[in-house]
Amino acid sequence: MGDTLAEIRQAVIERQRDRIEGLVREVLDEGMEPNVVINNGLIPAMDEIGKMFTEHKIFVPEMLVSAMTMKMGLEVVKPLLKGAQSEPKGTVFLGTVKGDLHDIGKNIVGMMLEGAGFRVVDLGVDLTVEKLMEQVETQSPDIIGLSALLTTTMPEMERVVQELEARGLRDRIKVMVGGAPVSPAFAEKIGADGYGGDAAQAVELARRLSGADR
Amino acid sequence: MLIVGERINSSRGRIAEAIETRNAEAIQAEAAAQEKAGADYLDVNAGSFVGEEAEHLKWLVQIVQEAVSIPLCLDSPDPGVIRSVLPLVAQTPMINSVTLEPERLEGILPLAAERGAKLIALCQSEESMAETVADKVEMAVRLVEKAEQVGITPDDLYIDPLVYPLATNPQSAVATLDAVGRIMGEIEGVHTICGLTNVSYGIPHRKLINRTFLVAAMSRGLDSVILDPTDRDLYGALLAGNAVLGRDDFCMAYITAYREGRLGPL
Repeated sequence: MGDTLAEIRQAVIERQRDRIEGLVREVLDEGMEPNVVINNGLIPAMDEIGKMFTEHKIFVPEMLVSAMTMKMGLEVVKPLLKGAQSEPKGTVFLGTVKGDLHDIGKNIVGMMLEGAGFRVVDLGVDLTVEKLMEQVETQSPDIIGLSALLTTTMPEMERVVQELEARGLRDRIKVMVGGAPVSPAFAEKIGADGYGGDAAQAVELARRLSGADR
Repeated sequence: MLIVGERINSSRGRIAEAIETRNAEAIQAEAAAQEKAGADYLDVNAGSFVGEEAEHLKWLVQIVQEAVSIPLCLDSPDPGVIRSVLPLVAQTPMINSVTLEPERLEGILPLAAERGAKLIALCQSEESMAETVADKVEMAVRLVEKAEQVGITPDDLYIDPLVYPLATNPQSAVATLDAVGRIMGEIEGVHTICGLTNVSYGIPHRKLINRTFLVAAMSRGLDSVILDPTDRDLYGALLAGNAVLGRDDFCMAYITAYREGRLGPL
């Protein structure tokens, strides 16, 4: 079984979309616990992919296809998860701020967060503070991840932080920011909890903020 | 091909620094190099300075005009910034850009019409940035209609069908190419323009993809482009493209560039 787990990791890393589902079924048939397949097979593979991406060893399309492969494996396992096993590592809201329609970076971050075991709720582009708060009140996320590609829309991120404070939710909900014109200094200035420079950094950050790395 | 030189953009660290420190010499060197390399218009952008954009753009306009004889392409999404800069512009400029977003339509169109400026129009509305061929063409048609309502003719309009990374959607470049072909075929007299760098985001040896995309778009009728004319390989591909597509009479421009030592490896 250990060997098959290694093969699962390899299949994700090598983007073998035609193999992954069969391999996952195989270990499940052999009696492996579904959460072991996820935590020792699929997620570590995506961690490796994130590391390779940060080290510039792989390119964006390679990372994306690995994430797709991981997700195919995850879909096979998911229906078998029971009770506490099916709890995600946390819920992350993602959105591109109001006035901004750029979503490519945000979508990549979403795929990588899912790959790391988070529940991701994508609230789309041109996300107003009001619409975001509606969702916050009903779904109570652990983290809000905000993206902006325009210098003109970056100030919206600060508005989100302020609104969370005004509603007394700031202690409960972490805010992480990213996007081409965004910097760690800007994140600090507006009172966000962190900045992710790429999708792998965003995953690291989400883990730290949610306490999932403990 | 109408070439808009893209190098004077505050999203580039060196340019932002030169703007902030009022290093006129550095900016003027960028301007002169692009004019020499074959630019028809020079893009000037100070968009990374939130709140100070107008002030910085005014300075850019003044010092760039001192250094070159070609007209400018004023690059800002903000109608207020364009309005405040326009009186300083010596030659009829190009404006980059308008979209179907009401604020920009209402703000930018009258300014362009009044000045007789050429205008870059993005296939983007309040709701979305066009991704499919059908959306791109539909938005192009609406942009032309809106422009004509204020007296801007298609000949002054440069439609940008938007370019997305191949990295995240391998069919995205084909959609842009198809849109260029349809817009040029279906809208009498209008121009098409695009930037090239988006297409290669996230994949290796980006410049090879950029120049391959340029020639592919030219073959569909693209007649204008925003690029770095000092990129020798890119400019060479453009000249070779013109020759191959029958837009260079007896290959004279290509041969002249060769004689001037502007083609091939250094």
